[in-house]
Amino acid sequence: MKKTFRIGGVHPHDNKISAEAAIEIFPAIETAYVSMAQHLGAPATPIVAVGDKVKVGQVIAEPAGFISGYVHSPVSGTVKSVAPRADIAGNLVPHVEITVEGDEWMEGIDTSDTLVKEIPYTPEEIIEKVKRAGVVGLGGASFPTHVKLAPPKDKKAECLILNGTECEPYLTSDDRIMRERPQEILIGGAIMMKALGVTRGYVGIEENKPAAIASMTEAAKAFPQIEVITLKKRYPQGGEKQLIDAVIRRQVPSGGLPIETGAVVQNVGTSLAVYEAVQKNKPLIDNVITVTGSCLPVQHNYKVRIGTPMSKILEVAGGLPEKAAKVISGGPMMGRAIANLDAATVKANGAILVLTEEETRRRPESACIRCSKCASACPMGLEPWLLNKLSRAGGRHEELEKERVFDCIECGCCSFTCPAGIPLLDLIRISKAEVMKIMRSRPKK
Amino acid sequence: MNKLIVSPSPHAHGRESTQSIMRDVLIALTPAMLVSILASGWSVLALICVSVVACVLLEFLIQKYWLKVPVTVTDLSAAVTGCLLALNLPPNAPWWIALIGAIVAIGVAKMTFGGLGQNIFNPALVGRVFLLVSFPVIMTSWDDGGSMFGLVDAFSGATPLGAVKEGLKNGMTLSQITADDLTFSQQFFFNAGGSAGELSAIALILGFIYLLCRRVIKATIPVTILCTVFVVSGIFWLANPEKFTNPVFNIFSGGLLLGAIFMATDYVTSPMTTKGQIIFGIGIGLITVFVRYFGSYPEGVSFAILIMNCAVPLLNKYCKPRRFGEVKK
Repeated sequence: MKKTFRIGGVHPHDNKISAEAAIEIFPAIETAYVSMAQHLGAPATPIVAVGDKVKVGQVIAEPAGFISGYVHSPVSGTVKSVAPRADIAGNLVPHVEITVEGDEWMEGIDTSDTLVKEIPYTPEEIIEKVKRAGVVGLGGASFPTHVKLAPPKDKKAECLILNGTECEPYLTSDDRIMRERPQEILIGGAIMMKALGVTRGYVGIEENKPAAIASMTEAAKAFPQIEVITLKKRYPQGGEKQLIDAVIRRQVPSGGLPIETGAVVQNVGTSLAVYEAVQKNKPLIDNVITVTGSCLPVQHNYKVRIGTPMSKILEVAGGLPEKAAKVISGGPMMGRAIANLDAATVKANGAILVLTEEETRRRPESACIRCSKCASACPMGLEPWLLNKLSRAGGRHEELEKERVFDCIECGCCSFTCPAGIPLLDLIRISKAEVMKIMRSRPKK
Repeated sequence: MNKLIVSPSPHAHGRESTQSIMRDVLIALTPAMLVSILASGWSVLALICVSVVACVLLEFLIQKYWLKVPVTVTDLSAAVTGCLLALNLPPNAPWWIALIGAIVAIGVAKMTFGGLGQNIFNPALVGRVFLLVSFPVIMTSWDDGGSMFGLVDAFSGATPLGAVKEGLKNGMTLSQITADDLTFSQQFFFNAGGSAGELSAIALILGFIYLLCRRVIKATIPVTILCTVFVVSGIFWLANPEKFTNPVFNIFSGGLLLGAIFMATDYVTSPMTTKGQIIFGIGIGLITVFVRYFGSYPEGVSFAILIMNCAVPLLNKYCKPRRFGEVKK
């Protein structure tokens, strides 16, 4: 029997319509807008000034704290400005704007396709190289990878799980890299296993990607420590906690860190970035972005330099069709609706999804019929109907906390499944914010 | 330039709606309705029509002119209540019985509590029990006046459960009572005496399978109820087969299947978690058997479900789902 996680989950239509579109190199851009907030944690501090000449892969910003990251120039050219610019939500974030001139790379970066298998580095060297290359988790959370590779001293990593589930509908960038670059992904995995000091590695891939499973399984023959595991198709299997449960049958305790199960999860895209960082000295300056939607005439998987405006990508992909009603960064379940199409891509962008009004229409809300489908769908074992009720009643913060509102991973299964069209996740988010504010105001013990 | 929508995730929605769920319940009830009509004639069809129309119309009138809230009859929940109510009536009941039942079900049991999702008790059952205590003669006599198409012989008299109760009261033993009465196979296809919807086990089970396939309900509640009834009545039967009816008879007689499959699984009035649903089912099973064996009414399913409906808020409060990270090692 194929493995999967044990609580909740839903089966949205997977719509992997861009799966057969091979990765294309996105054409050169004129201007790159590089965000300083491309990772979880403190925004990086720019170290370039207006007028500076930069090369591809040159460090342009340094980490501003333990959980932060390096940012590199994705292009070569001249720094035009260092100023706030609107991100996809319209929030102003410091950006470095670079006018592109040619494509001159930093010395020492290996841009060839030659596969480098040997890993001559110590764990410390690997972590340092990953940190210097500005690698962050590409699954969506953009957590700095080097931090995850160095777990707290009292916690012991036992295995590495590479996340190739790509459980969100529509997205195919991970599918494509697993088909096209399985060796590099597995070497990246081996590098991270060495850094963590573990001897067991897994790649979890959902059953709806047979070509990726075949290509990864074939490549994994050379890596006896890494096992490719076919998982049942079920959303949100790519959630870190769900994936650990699916692969090694251990559940992260409420409020605990994933490392408490002994597992470290990294996205396959991150693994590829680690390979390039460690073996090729190539910092994270580009990523594969799926451009998809049923209303788009052609589906694409582009390899795009970070800092490319979304509007530019859509324009090259054939323009935004008349019918387009919502453009999403990411998938339909957890992606963010883009308010500002001129926003530039960041490291963790994996997809631009265009939906029509019909595809994304919210149902009019009707009365809760207490079908408990939300509770059955919740992968964290919560009761969204109850959280919704407490949230609407107002002031019930202690009960919300007791009902584990913070365990919510915001996967959207509850809202997706609700036959009454109740925006359960919206209300839970509001509650989380309120309860968090109250918890923060409590005197520290 | 496109005008784009910006809203929080998720940006996709499942296909199910309240209306689609209720539609599935109506479809699942169709075999049982057809069997009743075939077995008992046009009077059942008339009862179903009166009951459904009355329920829907009443909900419409109350929402539109009294409460002045948006009208939601298109969600089909009132139609489901109407069907269930009709199936809970004797096939020969006069049409105004269905009307009174509908007024109690929708007017009292549903709308008074705030409409769909708010009621504590299953509306159709409140309607039935109200009729049972108000019109005991009509509600417990089963003169079906000849069946349609000659499928079943005309049958007149008490239900099998009623006959058993009456006989036991008169000091007869079970073997005496059942000597000339129903065989199991008859019950399975056409249970000659009983409420409209109690007539055919196979039709109800077909509906059950449909609901399970469409994932409208889970098997937890019906299976727990049936198992409880089977086990508990089995213990009594083994102890004294002359005084207590056998478990198979108990499963297939009366309104147990109709109640377990269609009434106890009503979302609004059943518990949310599997643990709660199991306790709920066991409670219904126990009360049913005890009412049948020791109560003054021959049938106890309606009472059992209504009594356990009261426990639902408590069960929801104390039976929490298995949380992530709490799994026993």
